[in-house]
Amino acid sequence: MTGTTLYDKIWEAHLVDVQEDGNCLLYVDRHLVHEVTSPQAFEGLRTAGRAPRAPHKTLAVADHNIPTSDRAGGVAAIADDDSRIQIQTLEANCQEVGIEYLQMDDIRQGIVHVAGPEQGFTLPGLTIVCGDSHTSTHGAFGALAHGIGTSEVEHVLATQTLIQSKAKNFRINVVGDAPDYVTAKDIALAIIGEIGTAGGTGCVLEYAGPAIEALSVEGRMTLCNMSIEAGARAGLVAPDEKTFAYLKGRAMAPQGADWDKAVAYWQTLKSDDDAVFDKEITIDAANLPPLVTWGTSPQDVVSITGQVPDPSEISDEGRRRATQRALDYMGLEAGTPMQQVQIDRVFIGSCTNSRIEDLRAAAKVAKGHKVADSVSAMIVPGSGLVKQQAEEEGLDKVFIEAGFDWREPGCSMCLAMNADKLAPGERCASTSNRNFEGRQGRDGRTHLVSPAMAAAAAIRGHFVDIREFEGEAS
Amino acid sequence: MEKFETLSGIAAPLDMINVDTDMIIPKQFLKTIKRSGLGQNLFDEMRFTPEGEEIAEFVLNQDAYRSAEILVAGDNFGCGSSREHAPWALLDFGIRCIIAPSFADIFYNNCFKNGILPIVLPQEDVDRLMDDAKRGANAVIAIDLPNQKITGPDGSEISFEVDAFRKQCLLEGLDDIGLTLKKAPSIDSYEAGLQDQPWR
Ligand code: SF4
Repeated sequence: MTGTTLYDKIWEAHLVDVQEDGNCLLYVDRHLVHEVTSPQAFEGLRTAGRAPRAPHKTLAVADHNIPTSDRAGGVAAIADDDSRIQIQTLEANCQEVGIEYLQMDDIRQGIVHVAGPEQGFTLPGLTIVCGDSHTSTHGAFGALAHGIGTSEVEHVLATQTLIQSKAKNFRINVVGDAPDYVTAKDIALAIIGEIGTAGGTGCVLEYAGPAIEALSVEGRMTLCNMSIEAGARAGLVAPDEKTFAYLKGRAMAPQGADWDKAVAYWQTLKSDDDAVFDKEITIDAANLPPLVTWGTSPQDVVSITGQVPDPSEISDEGRRRATQRALDYMGLEAGTPMQQVQIDRVFIGSCTNSRIEDLRAAAKVAKGHKVADSVSAMIVPGSGLVKQQAEEEGLDKVFIEAGFDWREPGCSMCLAMNADKLAPGERCASTSNRNFEGRQGRDGRTHLVSPAMAAAAAIRGHFVDIREFEGEAS
Repeated sequence: MEKFETLSGIAAPLDMINVDTDMIIPKQFLKTIKRSGLGQNLFDEMRFTPEGEEIAEFVLNQDAYRSAEILVAGDNFGCGSSREHAPWALLDFGIRCIIAPSFADIFYNNCFKNGILPIVLPQEDVDRLMDDAKRGANAVIAIDLPNQKITGPDGSEISFEVDAFRKQCLLEGLDDIGLTLKKAPSIDSYEAGLQDQPWR
């Protein structure tokens, strides 16, 4: 008999029921809820007269709509009526059914995928869902975590289960030593560039190999976060000592004897040596440059030393047209070196890159420099706790002195549902995960990069090769 | 949920790959706490100028396609955000069926929960239906879910695959939650077994 994969193991351990047609009922250990994708689910429950089955397995926080400017007036002072109502609705819904809700003024408030792990709500071997596609982030801990729709949010609230069919196993081996300034973000972009935005469709990705083991837990979150951008249902990294060290002592993590028991179990969570994967690829991190996207799909990646592609060189018609459309939208000429592309805005934040290590990386670049006059740059920490930590380390001062805007935690300009957005035509170096048309504001132009690359671009006013930037710094 | 059995309607060609849910329903329309009324903002930034004027080239603004009930599209339809507002907006506009070479996972799921049938076909079949759809109001395509068959305007037939359980739910308009609640005893006994993993 051949061995099983990490995904197989977690799947098996959560099966409640298996139908003859292969559809399964999977138990859900943890459910994260935010304000945008949940109101209709709570409403559905109410209409049907159903109560949540296990409200204590759910954690709620508002993040998408929340202002990242001064919050002194509280929720009641949020100017946009719809945003305020959505946040108040979440609060009221949670209170009604007994779900723990992290208030806007709670230091633990933040982007749902930053706050969950921070609290130890995310643990290895669990199934974790949220009405949000970047739930894949939590796979960094060896948890099976994925986004669901609002009907499924309602289903999970009512039954603590999900109807699922099994996905395929796809292992991504990342070997070699990543050079300096080639971060988890660059590895994620490289993988999506390689397999495409539909490359992982129907699969759970397991990231493995020495370059993954070498990543910090935060780096693994960045990587797993973008699994959805490769079309995958989820991403996984097998838990190891780094994972346990990250979780130990967190508020919602097990304590004492339970902790020891949990670790003993978590240590069994890895793919067997003889496990068979449906697909497998290998990427050599040693050969990767820092990457930047040029187009309107996360697969549109190019080396920072590269140039804007030429549609006329693409033979596939669908792809050629998509490329031309992307260049038109992005306002870019074929053949332009990426380092000559001027930017107007910088956004450092989002559940991809807003944790303390991201801010440290950006601050290291920003220290002693000034944001270019033509650029407006904002830093949005992933949570109140990240913000507090950064302030203890003095990073806020580095940023403020350099001319960055230091803000309150939330999703902010990652999706521009609040006031933080690009004006039409503005070009942004962003550490977020999606460069779709209109994502950061109608007719806004987004280039995805790592935090250090974003900070360097803020200072120079155009993209720069971060490997050379360091040499220039005083 | 509304049942889906057969549908005979105008098919609109949306000849693009990677149509993402941000395009289908931009985020400024996600602030609602309702499911209804999103159809007017379906494909908003492709359909309307910032001043709210119709963009004539966009397919759903062309007279022949204003009452389309079927979309024929390129690879990886529905990628990106998990927002169920995307199928809600499509449904509210009147789209009940989408045909594409592939769909993103979460969107695909969300369709079935809302009485929309997403059909995956090989590229060459999609190409043919795309050609048919481009014939304007004559592009009536018939979808027969019980027999898993599509009939083109010229009478040619294409068969398609669909998961048996999902098909049943669509045909009968079944509510997933109701079905799962019938399995409550299994969930109870599963939860009883969790005691030796107190952290769960
Ligand atoms: S930061 Fe962006 S990607 Fe992450 S949850 Fe918020 S909106 Fe979604």
